[in-house]
Amino acid sequence: MADVDVAPVLATRREEAMGFLEKMVSKGLGWARKYSLFTYPFATACCGMEYMSVAAARYDIARFGAEFPRFSPRQADLLMVVGTINLKQAPILKRVYEQMCEPKWVVSFGVCASSGGFYDNYAVLQGIDRILPVDVYIPGCPPRPEQVLDGLILLQEKIAGQRHKLVDRSPESPSQAQPGRNYKRTGPPPLEEGFH
Amino acid sequence: MSKVALDTLSVKLSQPFVERYFDRSGAEWGVVHPNALVEVVSALKHDPGLDFKLFGSMDAVDRLMLPEPHPRFEVVYLIRSIPLNDVIRLKVRVAELQGEVPELPSITPVYQGANWWERFIWDFYGIRFRGHPDLRRILMYEEFKGHPLRKDYPLRGRQGLLPERPIKDIYRGPGTSSVV
Repeated sequence: MADVDVAPVLATRREEAMGFLEKMVSKGLGWARKYSLFTYPFATACCGMEYMSVAAARYDIARFGAEFPRFSPRQADLLMVVGTINLKQAPILKRVYEQMCEPKWVVSFGVCASSGGFYDNYAVLQGIDRILPVDVYIPGCPPRPEQVLDGLILLQEKIAGQRHKLVDRSPESPSQAQPGRNYKRTGPPPLEEGFH
Repeated sequence: MSKVALDTLSVKLSQPFVERYFDRSGAEWGVVHPNALVEVVSALKHDPGLDFKLFGSMDAVDRLMLPEPHPRFEVVYLIRSIPLNDVIRLKVRVAELQGEVPELPSITPVYQGANWWERFIWDFYGIRFRGHPDLRRILMYEEFKGHPLRKDYPLRGRQGLLPERPIKDIYRGPGTSSVV
């Protein structure tokens, strides 16, 4: 079941060898990528304090390889959306996401980023998944640092299960695919017309 | 508090207040007519016996859902005096006439500190300040339509700037996806 999407039908020995090689490359790249997540902390609210706690010595996100907060989207591959995103800020967040290089992942940190939280009002975006594809949601208001580390481990497991290529020529990105270990590569869902 | 200042104003100017009253906490308020507003705040700031130099804050009240909804808006001014260690509470009532934007004279020429507060009230209550140097929205975005702290603005009247991805997996309650 685990290899379904990697090599569905093996016809020739050449294809078998290529499939095997691709699988090993994918595994190796996945292993490398999951332990070198450079975070872009898009910290807008009180959850930012909790992010600092996670990043500082006591909880020490560096133990999981997500050591460097990079304040440039060009150098980051994990967008951590930490805090309330209001409608005025949504285009900025989207732009930061679009500036990040592939492969990239998104973590929604706290309830406000995940669903708007208790800010069910005229100003707040009801969850960043309305504008970005999100890989891991971390609940909590704010989440405990342990929850964040748990979320990070979940993301690492997800990255390890994704399919990685040395050269990726396909227009879709792994981060926009369906969640889960044995995901099928699909594009982002189409935007609805007239959707505000 | 502020009784002396209100009394002094009543002596210095002819008819500065429409009404004076005490609120629940015992603080005294002066209700000013819109046409007398600039005169009253100029006297507050420049009169040596008053010396209210520090503009504290401004806010507005939408009385739409309250028992006495007319006139609809009240604009509240809190101005401080450092030498007198006092705060004066002023209130102006603004009616919303049919099809017109409620309007008040701006006090920004007197108090520079009122600039952003008047923009704030324009942004959230839609009260226009005549003579304000730069009356734009201050917190909401330019594309936003309406004034969200008015009581007739829907609580969930979200006006997103981006097209949203359809979210089908989670039930988020009514009125959470689009305008109104």
